[in-house]
Amino acid sequence: MIEERFALGSSLLHRTDPTVKIIGATVLAVIIAISQSMTAILIGLGIGIALALLARLSPRALWPRLMAVNLFCLFLWATLPLTGGGETMGHIWTLPISHKGVTLALYITIKTNAILLILTALLATSPVHHIGRGMQRLGISTKLTLLLLTSYRYLNLIHQEFNRLRRAADLRCFNPRTNIHTYRTYSYLVGMTFVRSWERSRRVHNAMLMRGFNGTFPVLDSTTFQRRDIYILTLLSCCALVLAAVSLLH
Amino acid sequence: MNTSTDKHDVAIELRNISFTYPGHDHPVFDSLNFSFRGGHMGLIGDNGSGKTTLFHIMVGLLHPDSGQVLFNGKVMETEEDFTILRRHVGMLFQNADDQLFSPSVVEDIAFGPLNLGHPPGEAREIAMRTLAQVGLEGYEDRITHHLSGGEKRLVALATVLAMEPEILLLDEPTNDLDNAARGRLLEILGSLDQSLILISHDWDFLSRLTSTFYALENGQLVRSNQVTIHQHQHVHPLGDRRHIHPPC
Repeated sequence: MIEERFALGSSLLHRTDPTVKIIGATVLAVIIAISQSMTAILIGLGIGIALALLARLSPRALWPRLMAVNLFCLFLWATLPLTGGGETMGHIWTLPISHKGVTLALYITIKTNAILLILTALLATSPVHHIGRGMQRLGISTKLTLLLLTSYRYLNLIHQEFNRLRRAADLRCFNPRTNIHTYRTYSYLVGMTFVRSWERSRRVHNAMLMRGFNGTFPVLDSTTFQRRDIYILTLLSCCALVLAAVSLLH
Repeated sequence: MNTSTDKHDVAIELRNISFTYPGHDHPVFDSLNFSFRGGHMGLIGDNGSGKTTLFHIMVGLLHPDSGQVLFNGKVMETEEDFTILRRHVGMLFQNADDQLFSPSVVEDIAFGPLNLGHPPGEAREIAMRTLAQVGLEGYEDRITHHLSGGEKRLVALATVLAMEPEILLLDEPTNDLDNAARGRLLEILGSLDQSLILISHDWDFLSRLTSTFYALENGQLVRSNQVTIHQHQHVHPLGDRRHIHPPC
């Protein structure tokens, strides 16, 4: 079940038009991802923290997300310093620690956290269907938008279907072990879930055809740009410009 | 068949329809002929006898191996023909979850009208009006997949009604509904002036809405007798207490 934990709220960012947030998040994330300058990515991290504060994200909900992604970074810290090559900056026991590896791990960690904070503050503060509508208004491919919206709508049902099958197996004393019977059962469960999802998608498509679906999702709300949207867009553009300038100067 | 409630000049006709599901030996329909010219009609038959398949052929979601579908006397051949037919014939699916794909209730109901070319403002108005018609005022901003089973069914009906069809095809509308939701659905359907064909195993529900029954037997549609009066027994909760049966 997907919980849209950050979507509800009344902060300035919650009330901002999703198109502004999509543009801002994409531009900032791309600049931070490709930037080679430590100053720039530190500014990026600062922007991320500032946006998270502006969106009044609950630290309690945010923490598990940061932990999850930093666990991944931890793996990088465990391997990159040993495998980075080049100059050594010291030894742990007899293992040489690569200067390049440590720098790379540091860059990746800062970039990851900065981007995660920016995406959470900007994109997670809108319900998924608003993001979908925003994407549509930005002229992003209808297929992608449809894929996002329908996956989101039906993921929960597909999960429920899987659970029903799983429960049916459990009721007949299925006890997962490391053996071929378990692997076979799991592959049946997964296969059956795919078959059912495919059948459901056909039924949904039929229902859409019955109501005159012609390949595009019509948009009901014609929301207009508010003054605050222009402020936020200006603010995000300035952030992006500063980041780009610092990166280029480097 | 032609009944007195024929208000709209619409007719669906099936001519010599044969249909076999790919990979199956026995045909679902074998030169089936059927004509519907309005009114309220019940469609009965065993599980797997092809009731839903018949609906799907009528609206062009499935294509018969041979035979023709006619709408108002015109043979429906291309997808474009059926697109036009679907403006006049609405279908309520067995599973409401399949029918509700938009995030919010109002968007889902407005989906049809928007596709029909109504501007957004007008589509929203139609959606709100239809929502009121099914007694769900104030539900417009609810998230569709958080609704109860009964509410989902009523919203699904609203999505169909918003297209203002002349004929309604209802596929087991009372499935999984509790008594209260079933009663509401009965009330709403009873108040509509559309023609309808109703698939149901719920005899009581059928007999309250329709007077003519067709049964699917061995790939053919057979007209069934009118309702016959007979004695019957049934169980219901707390039946030993004093209770009143609603009038038929």
